[in-house]
Amino acid sequence: MEVRYDPEFEKQLAELGGADAKLCFQCGTCTASCPSGRRTSYRVRKLVRMAQLDMKEEIISNDELWMCSTCYTCVERCPRRVPIVDVIIALRNMAVADGHIKAAHKKTAENLYTMGHSVPINDDIKNMRKALGLPEVPPTVLSNQKAYEDLKVILDAAGFNEIVE
Amino acid sequence: MAKYAFFLGCIAPLRYPGVEKSTRVVCERLGIELVELDDASCCPAPGVIRAFSRTTWLAAAARNLALAEKMGLPILTICNGCYGSLFEAAHELNHNPEMLAKVNEVLAKIGMHYNGTTKVHHFAEVFYNEVGVEKIKAACTNPLNYGIATFYGCHFLKPGDVKDIDDPEDPKILDELVEATGCKSLPRKQKTLCCGSGGGLKAAFGDVAKEFTKTNLENIQASGAQFIVDVCPFCHLQFDSTQDALGFNIPVLHLSQLYGIAMGMSEEELGLSAHKVPVKL
Repeated sequence: MEVRYDPEFEKQLAELGGADAKLCFQCGTCTASCPSGRRTSYRVRKLVRMAQLDMKEEIISNDELWMCSTCYTCVERCPRRVPIVDVIIALRNMAVADGHIKAAHKKTAENLYTMGHSVPINDDIKNMRKALGLPEVPPTVLSNQKAYEDLKVILDAAGFNEIVE
Repeated sequence: MAKYAFFLGCIAPLRYPGVEKSTRVVCERLGIELVELDDASCCPAPGVIRAFSRTTWLAAAARNLALAEKMGLPILTICNGCYGSLFEAAHELNHNPEMLAKVNEVLAKIGMHYNGTTKVHHFAEVFYNEVGVEKIKAACTNPLNYGIATFYGCHFLKPGDVKDIDDPEDPKILDELVEATGCKSLPRKQKTLCCGSGGGLKAAFGDVAKEFTKTNLENIQASGAQFIVDVCPFCHLQFDSTQDALGFNIPVLHLSQLYGIAMGMSEEELGLSAHKVPVKL
């Protein structure tokens, strides 16, 4: 097999918080502990190895990258103290930047962008809140247009609009 | 009196408002003053938003942290997701001056600034460490006698090296908190197994998430528990919304709701009508 070296990928991975992937010595404790790996084809040890081998395209185009529930069991047990969830988040950031986005995730991101919350408010909830003696609309960005606009400025500044559009 | 900026998040106020209500009532009874964290947003959701863009996640979280900093108050969360997200963002910004400077460039656009001083707490940790089990026992005027399956979820205790609340692999704190009401926490297999909904798994691969939930429900059923008691509205939603399809019928309560019952709140006040698995007391 051709040995790949992609300094740009390694730099990016480090900037996104995944530098310590290189500490992994492939013991497999992570995969053995992984509840997702027990139920799917996802193998976290393999993913970290692929990251060490600069296999960016193979990683970011694979659905398995999205099968981690971020339960941190692997992180608790890793004898090399690799922050494995951080590595996965870094790789997911790269995948999204290259357009690999699940529709359902885009929906959550859109909710944040258009409402400031990850789920919408509706009349049933408003009525239920009122019956409980709570303000119908919680005192968050949902109650203050200016605060919502502020949040949007922050999301735009970080280029989030390009991701959700 | 302990005083906190109350961070609502999304799932509690917008899906299970009874969790919000119970927390408000219970905190008052326990001598914790909750001040509204006006204008806060989603934490933002660590599973999806942090996975999309770490920078965006950090900047939006910093806005929430800055709102509390301006009030001079630590944040109290009632959700593992909000806690994990805000705690991690604060941990990074409060210890990494370079990243803090970067984020402040973004906050400057809306006339805000974050100095890196906000502390973030999980309500169960505050109940345990600040109020204490003895005081909670005394406040439970309506002692209960249920068998309970405690559900810690993941981001309350993990990663353990930075959270440092309890042993993430063999935790006791929630069991003690539940038993303060007179209930019995029942042992079971795989007590710390994830509910399945985190990390965007529920949204992208709902069937896989349900497999996690199913194993948990089988273990909970085998333990003989009458209720599942959680400390996270997202775990709560996962357990409450999947049981019908999975063929289970074990009612789910947020710890604040269990305390509400033990402190004599009415069923209406607890907002139990939002629950899909009927809660019969």
